[in-house]
Amino acid sequence: MDALSLLSFAAFFLTFASFFSLTCLGLNMQWGFTGLFNVGVVGFFAVGAYTSAILTGPAYPDTLFGGFGLPVPIGYLGAIVTSAIAAFVVGFVTLRLREDFLAISTFGIAVTIQLLALNLQSVTRGPNGLYSLPKPLSGLSESNLVDNLLYLGICVLCIGAVYWAFEQMVRSPWGRVLRAIREDEQAAAALGKNVFAYRLQAFVVGCAVMGLAGALYANFVGFISPQDFLPIVTFQVYVMLIVGGSGNNLGAILGGVVVWALWSGSGAVIAAVLPPDFQTQAAAVRIVLIGLVLALMLLYRPAGILRERHIVSREARMSPQSRPTR
Amino acid sequence: MLKVVELSKDFGGLHAVNGVSFEVGEGTITGLIGPNGAGKTTTFNLLAGAFPPTGGQILFDGHDVTNLRDFEIFRLGLVRTFQIPRPFAEMTVLENLMTVPQRQLGERFWNNWLRGGAVRNQEHQIREQAIEILEFLGLFHLGDAPANQLSGGQLKLLELGRALMSEPKMILLDEPGAGINPTLLGEIVDHIADLNKRGITFLIIEHNMDLVMSLCEPILVMADGALLTQGTADEVQRDPRVLDAFLGGTPA
Repeated sequence: MDALSLLSFAAFFLTFASFFSLTCLGLNMQWGFTGLFNVGVVGFFAVGAYTSAILTGPAYPDTLFGGFGLPVPIGYLGAIVTSAIAAFVVGFVTLRLREDFLAISTFGIAVTIQLLALNLQSVTRGPNGLYSLPKPLSGLSESNLVDNLLYLGICVLCIGAVYWAFEQMVRSPWGRVLRAIREDEQAAAALGKNVFAYRLQAFVVGCAVMGLAGALYANFVGFISPQDFLPIVTFQVYVMLIVGGSGNNLGAILGGVVVWALWSGSGAVIAAVLPPDFQTQAAAVRIVLIGLVLALMLLYRPAGILRERHIVSREARMSPQSRPTR
Repeated sequence: MLKVVELSKDFGGLHAVNGVSFEVGEGTITGLIGPNGAGKTTTFNLLAGAFPPTGGQILFDGHDVTNLRDFEIFRLGLVRTFQIPRPFAEMTVLENLMTVPQRQLGERFWNNWLRGGAVRNQEHQIREQAIEILEFLGLFHLGDAPANQLSGGQLKLLELGRALMSEPKMILLDEPGAGINPTLLGEIVDHIADLNKRGITFLIIEHNMDLVMSLCEPILVMADGALLTQGTADEVQRDPRVLDAFLGGTPA
């Protein structure tokens, strides 16, 4: 493999990892900081992907709605808006529930969204999917590599912006209340915090970022179908967050990259190592492998690669000069 | 300050609190005693809005708070602590306290993007206030420690500290003396008396009779979900029905 194709591969790999890192950041806001057990991550990712696809995609002969062919940035913004609206509606009805019920209902909603994508053929083309989605900044050069590097740049910018925004939000009195709710909801309410309102805010903000990640994915790959949005994705994102470090925004980004490397790398290894008779089982072996990584991580480093910071809000240290604790 | 009229709470067929009426005068340290299962903590939960009553009315500081939610009651200046302390375990002692003040600028997340300076100034004020309270409670040296490293007695102080951060009019203390050593108990008693002099009204559930008899006036006695009697420490101690209730006899 020469340097150029290596670079090309790296750009492609990192672009894919960035979709996961971004989704992970969104989940970290919900699970890592607020303790919301959202098991419908892939549903909000899908809402974002389909929104951008419908807004920016070409007109298809067999759909009744869509094909607006709008500029891609509008697709991204639209994805943020629709996934936030979806999260608001879902959150409004489910966030009063205790965590196990929240998990069940969000899981059900993700499955519902996937089934909608599969069956609402006049909008989503069902199993045939939406294709020929435009990629921004493409066509500036002849080379595929430059295209991919530019797209990676967009993804990195998005992650950087979300990271900055989230750090501002979380390392503040607002983040302090989120953590208090995670630690003890009833005590937080007894201290005058409107728990439901904060949970809803964290849920909507997190889902909006998942939607953006879905849109970035859709316009990069250029083709989406319901097959892309199976519940296993939610599981992957949780593994990423736990491995990277739940409650740490840098950890969330890192977890996306590390676990995606394991996931895509393991495919090649399995193909090389597994006897021919078992090759058809490769996908299952891969899931087992990721499960093993998760179990080992929980045993030996439960806080993740980058652990949560001990002091949440920026100004909450006894003496500003004293050494930061962890 | 606080007036309770015919307050009731049923759990299924169980009348945990059954038509209780009493008043807590402004500036008092009122005691609430009774054997286990008398309905004391349930009464606290009703007063603090943890769940709504089945019947009756609660008036606090001129407001009808009967059906208000817990965080709404808190905002009116009625704060509770828990029988088993409920700290935010993974947060530092200082942050436990700094979480409490209401309507902080930085509690609206967009202010942290747009008005960083104003948020920071307010944070400094809140930190000052929290540090003052930590000094008062003798927890200053633990400010940066996570709450899960505190002893049981220190957690009681932390709960009291959180309550104080809201500058409350009245504090409901659920067994401040349970499970802590006599030295710390003495400290807690001093703190309560001190805070009372500064104008905070207390309603205290407690099993430690030394604490109750020395600190509380008047004392309310509950048994089987009903108010048995009330009076000064002397009166209550002489009442044969109170003795019966504690020693297992059913009240006549």
